[in-house]
Amino acid sequence: METVTVNSNFKSEEYFINMGPQHPATHGVLRLLLTIDGEIIKKVEPDLGYIHRSIEKMCERDSYQQIVHLTDRMDYLSANINNEAVCLTVENALQLEIPERVKVIRTIIGELTRISSHCLWWGVMGMDVGALTTYFYGFRDRELLNDIFEETCGARLTMNYNVPGGLMFDIHPNFVKRVKEFITHFKTKLPEYDRLLTNNIIFQKRAIGVGVLSKEDAISYGASGPVGRASGYSCDVRKHHPYSALDKVTFNEALRTEGDTYARYLVRIQEMWESMSIVEQLIDNIPEGEHRVTTNAVIKLPKGEYYQKVETARGELGVYIISTGTKSPYRLKFRSPGFSNLSLLNHIAVGGKIGDLVATMATLDLVIPDIDR
Amino acid sequence: MNSALSITKNIHDWLFSIMPEAAASIAEMVLIALVYDAIKLLSKELTGTTRADKFLYNLAPYFVIISSLMALSVFPFTKEFQAFDINIGLFFLIAVSSIGVIGILLGGWSSNNKFAMIGAMRSGVQTISYELSIGLSLLTMVLLTGSLQLSEIVEVQKSGWLIVQGHIPAIIAFMIYMIAGTAETNRAPFDMVEAESELGAGFHTEYSGMKFAYFFLAEFINMFIIAAIATTVFFGAWLSPFGITESIPMLGVFWFLLKALILVFLMMWFRWTFPRLRIDQLLTLEWKYLLPLNLANIVIMALLVWLNLTISF
Amino acid sequence: MSYFSDIYRGIKTLLTGMSVTGKYFLTSRKGAITQQYPDNRETLKMFDRFRGEVIMPHNEDNEHRCTGCQKCEIACPNGTIEIIWDRGINENTGKKKKKIDQFVYHLSMCTMCGLCIDVCPTDAIKWGQNFENSVYDRTALTRVLNEPGSELQAGVED
Repeated sequence: METVTVNSNFKSEEYFINMGPQHPATHGVLRLLLTIDGEIIKKVEPDLGYIHRSIEKMCERDSYQQIVHLTDRMDYLSANINNEAVCLTVENALQLEIPERVKVIRTIIGELTRISSHCLWWGVMGMDVGALTTYFYGFRDRELLNDIFEETCGARLTMNYNVPGGLMFDIHPNFVKRVKEFITHFKTKLPEYDRLLTNNIIFQKRAIGVGVLSKEDAISYGASGPVGRASGYSCDVRKHHPYSALDKVTFNEALRTEGDTYARYLVRIQEMWESMSIVEQLIDNIPEGEHRVTTNAVIKLPKGEYYQKVETARGELGVYIISTGTKSPYRLKFRSPGFSNLSLLNHIAVGGKIGDLVATMATLDLVIPDIDR
Repeated sequence: MNSALSITKNIHDWLFSIMPEAAASIAEMVLIALVYDAIKLLSKELTGTTRADKFLYNLAPYFVIISSLMALSVFPFTKEFQAFDINIGLFFLIAVSSIGVIGILLGGWSSNNKFAMIGAMRSGVQTISYELSIGLSLLTMVLLTGSLQLSEIVEVQKSGWLIVQGHIPAIIAFMIYMIAGTAETNRAPFDMVEAESELGAGFHTEYSGMKFAYFFLAEFINMFIIAAIATTVFFGAWLSPFGITESIPMLGVFWFLLKALILVFLMMWFRWTFPRLRIDQLLTLEWKYLLPLNLANIVIMALLVWLNLTISF
Repeated sequence: MSYFSDIYRGIKTLLTGMSVTGKYFLTSRKGAITQQYPDNRETLKMFDRFRGEVIMPHNEDNEHRCTGCQKCEIACPNGTIEIIWDRGINENTGKKKKKIDQFVYHLSMCTMCGLCIDVCPTDAIKWGQNFENSVYDRTALTRVLNEPGSELQAGVED
């Protein structure tokens, strides 16, 4: 292209804009420092720390039972999976034999949590691209799940249902019936999601080809969960390192190769179907038995290092415990999925418009307390 | 308990004492909430940024509200109930309704906020583009009526509403008009200007209280105006369907409002269903789809009128 | 040609979307899960495991089951429970024994994790169903759970 000399008064200038911490699209208190040229994004710099509660440090003073309830407050949308991660680490370290019943119930509730998290994500995704109704539909279906959780463990969001050694109490007698009701209900609603948003031409135009992440970049940025799988990186911990009762079920790993916003969207929709099939396989044959193994009142892990990873709704959550043999860990590190997924935002959002950034961020499905901890 | 706390408590108690009765019916609740909303907006503090251009900043809301109120003056609610019946009625409507964008541009520019400015710039781009489609789709209908005077346009429709008279091209024109009209009022799916998930509140980020309420009111009045123009041009304004209430002329107001409100409902239906377009897609839609279709449509309509293929009873 | 098929597909998908929301607009009351709170205060029933607040049930003789073992105080991650205890003399045996003076519960610090109730050996505390805990003054959230003059229920410690 030939260069046109322009009067310096009419040169376009990059400017800086502060998106967040109080901004509707940042889903909490994430602050993005944007460098923009007109509508085109030149640089995205995430600024964290607005909701840092030093959970990892607090874990160093708490006993292992107490640590579990703190993890509810990290990725609050997959609270039960977080609880499970810590409990599994402690149980592996103590080499406890966990009853089959506990494993199955943990898996069922974990998958229901995943559906509930994706329901909320779907609603908010629609909201971020401007469709208002999706929010209500997503919350409507999530509400039924929350009722199931509330009946089972008394809380809707911060469940704290797992304890090292099993579950705090047995499932509610209504549990099986209500879960089956939910599955039948949700099977009629999920196609509706497709008709309302997935197939919508405006949504497709907004999503296809936006925020493309290649497989190589997904691996090198440490992307996990639906973000990695949409780029063709097979990274489902449930498939590759099955925990709890996940080795007993058959399910497909939702994989796509496009790596754009639409692929990430479709991966999550498919994951809801897969989670439902997992729950269906397990719900009818929950084995009888104890819901809890008695542990010492004060749990002391043997000296050493322990690591366990699980698949939350957002990706791979790792729990790394260094124990010196005392009642609380010497150091506890959470490898949170949101942090790695956020780190690639600058890579995929540059060159897009402000609207693209919002749509891309929505499919990364960030939960800021999970990133800041 | 300190005094500030007791005041809060008193207000709280007072609200609770009147709420149970209000809660008796939801309809009543909604009405009371509307009144509360109005009182809230009237009594709120007018804040603003310190380095705003004060004169333009204060002027902007009036541009927006006055232009939309002015447009209301020419609608034929019944045969007699029409404030102005000027011979360039339709032209006047289009002209006046596009003044509003100046207010939006001024408001976004002068409030010294980058989010507001992005919103204002988007508004400029959007309104100028979609003005074109509105004008052309109305022009298509003017080919049928042969007059810009609104009472004349209604008179022509006594032998069938224009959307029936002009059949296929009229329906296409109506669809284009509704799309462009939604864009013109800055409503979803074309709410680039406010785009709450992108820009927070867009051009009126820095406005509060009654000044904000002017923008807000203007948006809803504009929505009614767009619906009312469509009613007048496509659906026979105050004419009742099949002339069933022709003997009672006052019922014209009812028919006019009914038709207009159905169209307003349609626009609200768009809003709660569709995702928002991106700014470049918005322009693609206008310049690559609506405008060529519109031009072709005018030619078809002209042929239709020339060959006398219109339907009239 | 793709130009016109695009238009057709676009209009079709948009109308499908509108039919979904339109259907719900007409049948909005059917299958609605909205709780009309606070209008339904009388009929609203929480699930029996609902975690509203920690309560200490007393029987009709104003007796509770708390022995003052302080296990809950140790289990609590936030310092929500504070047990002020004393050594009282048992009238029957004449022995000095630990008994609670005040079982202080700071609701404002409670995260509803349920560890205290989980560890309680005598089931002295349990979950209450009340969730309307808003008050005008923060100090009102600090509660003494054992009622004044209440005694330990006989037979709990054995």
